Amino acid sequence: MEAAIEARRRLRVPTIAGLSLLVVGLALAGLALGPVDIAPSRVIATLAGGGSAAESAIIWQIRLPRIVLGLATGAALAVAGAALQGVLRNPLADPGLIGVTGGASLGAVATIVLGSTIAGQLPEPIRPWLLPIAAFLGAALVIAFVFALARRGGETSVATLILAGVAVNAIAGAAIGAFVYVSDDSQLRDLTFWTMGALGGAGWPLVLVAACLVSIALPALLGRARDLDLFQLGERAAFHAGLDIERSKRVIGLSVAVAVGGVTAAAGPIGFIGLVAPHLVRLAIGPRHALLLPASALTGMALVLAADLAVRLAVPPAEPPIGLATSLIGGPFFLWLLLRGGRGRYA
Amino acid sequence: MTLERRRALAVIAAAAAGGAAFLFIGEASGEPTAERIVVAGGDLTEIVFALGLGDRVVGVDQTSTWPPEATSRSQIGYVRRVSPEGILSLAPDLVLVAHDAGPDIAFEQLEAAGVRVARAPEADTADEIAEKIAFVGSSLGRSAEAEQMARQMSDALNEIRAKVATLEGRPPRVLFILSFQSGAPLIGGTETTADRMITLAGGENAGASVSGYKPMSREAIIAAAPDIVLMMSQHAERFGGIETILARPEIALTPAGQAGRAVAMDGMLLLGFGPRTPEAIAELARALHAERAVAAGL
Repeated sequence: MEAAIEARRRLRVPTIAGLSLLVVGLALAGLALGPVDIAPSRVIATLAGGGSAAESAIIWQIRLPRIVLGLATGAALAVAGAALQGVLRNPLADPGLIGVTGGASLGAVATIVLGSTIAGQLPEPIRPWLLPIAAFLGAALVIAFVFALARRGGETSVATLILAGVAVNAIAGAAIGAFVYVSDDSQLRDLTFWTMGALGGAGWPLVLVAACLVSIALPALLGRARDLDLFQLGERAAFHAGLDIERSKRVIGLSVAVAVGGVTAAAGPIGFIGLVAPHLVRLAIGPRHALLLPASALTGMALVLAADLAVRLAVPPAEPPIGLATSLIGGPFFLWLLLRGGRGRYA
Repeated sequence: MTLERRRALAVIAAAAAGGAAFLFIGEASGEPTAERIVVAGGDLTEIVFALGLGDRVVGVDQTSTWPPEATSRSQIGYVRRVSPEGILSLAPDLVLVAHDAGPDIAFEQLEAAGVRVARAPEADTADEIAEKIAFVGSSLGRSAEAEQMARQMSDALNEIRAKVATLEGRPPRVLFILSFQSGAPLIGGTETTADRMITLAGGENAGASVSGYKPMSREAIIAAAPDIVLMMSQHAERFGGIETILARPEIALTPAGQAGRAVAMDGMLLLGFGPRTPEAIAELARALHAERAVAAGL
């Protein structure tokens, strides 16, 4: 046991450095590779402002926003997953479990189905923002509701939080089902595809808003690493160690809602990252949150960027949904790590 | 081959020949032309090929299944989820998109890259197909040929309508089954292309109690008492073929099931609202009315 911990400790620096390099490499690959062949020298020229109209459009309007959204999405989902797993002391926790994704999906689906009725009364500049705003509000409302419900007598019960999340998920699922039932053919196809997630569907304004929300929420989560370590001892022990556990839970919950709501609004629900990225990191370098959180962020970014590259290059000129690739790349890798690490070590 | 179908083919052949004859006129008239075309929408692909410009098509979406040579072009995937960079990799100078193609941002990005994007009007009724043909013609610098083709299509449509109007007796009740969604049949109600085609072919939509494509319970199907079940042939095969579908308990108890009457037609032909629609109406009318259709000259 001691030896295993020591081995993991020695892995820390190389793991973080390796992950950072991997993310940078994947981001560069994301800029340089795509269905349209653009030579690396032309990519650099275009970034410096010297490309043709077509090259500029591809690099600046298509590839770059995808990479930024991919980085934001990967980091937000993975860190949110790690933080929720920590604060709820539940290895199965992810933003989906406490209903954040369900709330965002309900907001988006409602907009797709009812949008044409509502949108007609709104001023032109607001209309494209309707869906992301609704998705974000859905996520935020669900988090607020679940945390309010779980708070009794000044204390937030983790068990109630998870159960309330399950209930909210069921309600959101039923409401989505009702919207699916009343939707017409083209709305149905829209929402089926929205629920599979995509990095390519968002333009710069939306990508930047999502990236801003993530860059506000992530430092708040990363700053709670010590709190999350203390939560592992149990809430009572954390309290006696001097932690304001209520405040900590509220900050983490709010930050998760902001980060996940933001990226889900822009990219749709992308599964798997929030659940598995933190576990991948724990297997490699152990559970200390000061390292787990940033390493999860890097792993999430790498997974999302790799998945996006894969769908972009798989069957051009068509493009399968990214949700397929995140699970296809991450799933087998996760299994391999589990088997390699031995069953006893990871419980 | 009946007279009508031969006539429909002749229309297409004439349009193709016209396309060749007008080659220089179209391009001299100052309309924009295109050398490399990507099409997102099966109906639009049919029109481009019928105008004789199929060899300029470099990419098509999944719904472009007719004419057969269209399927040999690069596949850009699902019409509502096209990838802008994928389309750019085909180096098109024109992207023709259906009214419901998406996402919108993809087409904004294509335009930013300097590619002309032309979005077709929605054809909600069979009469609006002519507008769609005219739109394709003007986008490709082939307005004259397209107008001629649209006129011939409208004539063929009116002729078939007139014949359908002479059909005697009670119109058969037709139930369009899109697919079996987790077991419950998905029915074509009012406000669907299937509903319009059934009406045009002189049938009565047995699914008119719902609007859009909706699942219908078994009892509701028995109560709807369809005389004929209509399906897309691709879907009929996927669910085990016509025999299996007619043997399903909810269908077997209807007049259609008892008489063993079901019609399977190619999906794009039946629901495409393209240049083949007059032909499709005639084929459906023959299938629905049998010998009475022959008497009406269909």
